[in-house]
Amino acid sequence: MDPSTLVTVFDSALRLSIPLLAACLAGLWSERAGVVDIGLEGKMLVAAFAAAAAAHTTGSAWIGLLAGIGASVMFALIHGFASISQRGNQIVSGVAINMLAAGLTAIVGNAWYGQGGRTPPLEGDERFGNVLFGHSVLVFIALLAVPVTWWVLAKTRFGLRLRAVGENPAAVDTAGISVTGLRYTAVILTGVLCGLAGTYLSTGQSAGFLPNMTAGKGFIALAALIFAKWRAWPALGACFLFGLLDAVAIRLQGIVVPGIGEVPVQAIQALPYLMTVILLAGVIGTAIPPRASGVPYVKER
Amino acid sequence: MSAPLDLPRWADVGLVPALSVTSAFLVAGLVVIGIGENPLTATRWLLQGSLGSGEGLGFTLFYATNFIFTGLAVAVAYHAGLFNIGGEGQATLAGLGAALVLLNLDFLPGFLLLPLGIIGAAAFGAAWAAIPGYLQAKRGSHIVITTIMFNWLASVLLVYLLVNVLRVPGSMNPETHPFPAGSYIPFMHEAFAWFGIAIPKSQLNLTFVLALLSALGVWLLIYRSRLGYAIRVVGSNPTAAVYAGISPARITVIAMLISGALAGGLAVNELMGYQHRLLLEFTSGYGFVGIAVALMGRAHPAGIILASLLFGILYQGGAELAFEQPAITRDMVVVIGGIIILFAGALDGLFRRVVARLLARPNLARA
Repeated sequence: MDPSTLVTVFDSALRLSIPLLAACLAGLWSERAGVVDIGLEGKMLVAAFAAAAAAHTTGSAWIGLLAGIGASVMFALIHGFASISQRGNQIVSGVAINMLAAGLTAIVGNAWYGQGGRTPPLEGDERFGNVLFGHSVLVFIALLAVPVTWWVLAKTRFGLRLRAVGENPAAVDTAGISVTGLRYTAVILTGVLCGLAGTYLSTGQSAGFLPNMTAGKGFIALAALIFAKWRAWPALGACFLFGLLDAVAIRLQGIVVPGIGEVPVQAIQALPYLMTVILLAGVIGTAIPPRASGVPYVKER
Repeated sequence: MSAPLDLPRWADVGLVPALSVTSAFLVAGLVVIGIGENPLTATRWLLQGSLGSGEGLGFTLFYATNFIFTGLAVAVAYHAGLFNIGGEGQATLAGLGAALVLLNLDFLPGFLLLPLGIIGAAAFGAAWAAIPGYLQAKRGSHIVITTIMFNWLASVLLVYLLVNVLRVPGSMNPETHPFPAGSYIPFMHEAFAWFGIAIPKSQLNLTFVLALLSALGVWLLIYRSRLGYAIRVVGSNPTAAVYAGISPARITVIAMLISGALAGGLAVNELMGYQHRLLLEFTSGYGFVGIAVALMGRAHPAGIILASLLFGILYQGGAELAFEQPAITRDMVVVIGGIIILFAGALDGLFRRVVARLLARPNLARA
């Protein structure tokens, strides 16, 4: 591969890893606070739709971003209400969020625009244009979220409390700090980051919303989160790796590699899922989630 | 999974699900109003399309068959305390199993092909579910995450096989040769015609009977057998199970085997009963709706059959509705499924508390 191809592949890897990164960090906030979230996919999807619809109506990508974040936070709050206030099953709630998002975006999109669930194509200021090195501002916000997440979680009092609430909520409660408040804060941050991821999909990477355009990215982000062992910097690495795999798969489509033959694209696409299964099985290292994740906190226990 | 609140049995199995499902439909009605359509006429079209004609009823029961299988699959795992959201992937693999058997043994007579195809489907579905089960039991990997990953692996695998290996040479469509004619599961209208009774034609086939028998089988297994007892003990208290000499690891794998085999019924109905070939995305979300079905049916086979009928009505009626009121597409079923999962699953405690409060009032007055 000559250098210019290499640059192109890395560039598209970065582009493809940004939605994964934002969603992965979103999951990180939630799960470090003890709320399991398999609804990242759904929140990205509603954000992508809301952002595209708002940007199309107002002509401003920034208002699109606000709408995307707003929609995603609303869904995050449903998840928070079910899993924090009502102590419901967090997995079940996540499944519900994903289905609701898939169905609602398709129905509302079809009712509003009558184009089979698509929004009209976005042009000019309705999209986030390139500001630096051919990337939009959302790319840099997502990248910036990595050190910010690391710093807040590792170096601030709020971060310490948030991590504690994911490991031992009873101890946090005993110290007189609200478990509910901390977990809601985390869930809202998850909504904001998923909103960023979704908005990037429909107004940065593409020009408009397509039904089901997340196509499993929320689950790859979940895989990356496990791969990164719920830490911010490794999350960047894992997401870039999965983005790179995707970029290579696109690049290798229909190309015969000398000595190997035609590489089946599906084999590369399967890698993130396969690697996660193998990692979880403890064959290559271990991945241990925050101790209290998935467990609703009951004061009286 | 729900808050342990003591409710009378009739309230637990009747009132609470009825309340959550009614609320789910009210919310769905609001969505319909929100996109500027009339929910009452929508409901009318829905019912007329699904129950208003013999043909419509046939299609309703065809879809219900899919939901019975995926609902039972979720329920069996649920009784063992496992959350199997891998129904889609397991059914995908089951379709592959059935296709491999039927396309490679096409020289066999129909009376052998039929059971072998069904066994092939069940075996592949079971195996695809057993791996996450084994990994949870022996390696401690979380079954929810593994089954999610296995869904995607299954879909990628099917795309690869259909595009590169199993496709009819020269054809552009990623689908296999038709199955041998002897392996078609008879349509219900054909079966009735054997006895000289004419019923309207539809996709409904004898797999529906197999689904009902499976529901009976699951009831016998869970509530009337030693294994079912072990499954329920592991589900409610794994520590107690160990003291009772039950191995939670073994039960986990067995429950997932049964669960995956049941999910395979979806492939039997769709492929051997109707499509008669293996094609992409034939599972089309039935596996996920199965979660709603199981939660709504309280993981009891009778409840699952009722919930499946409801979703069958929604699915068939939804298709007719989309024809009459194009703004309301079939995605409405996914929305309703999502709301039901939220209300009957994640917010179950809320509804139980409301019911408990309502029931407590007259008692207070008497005291």
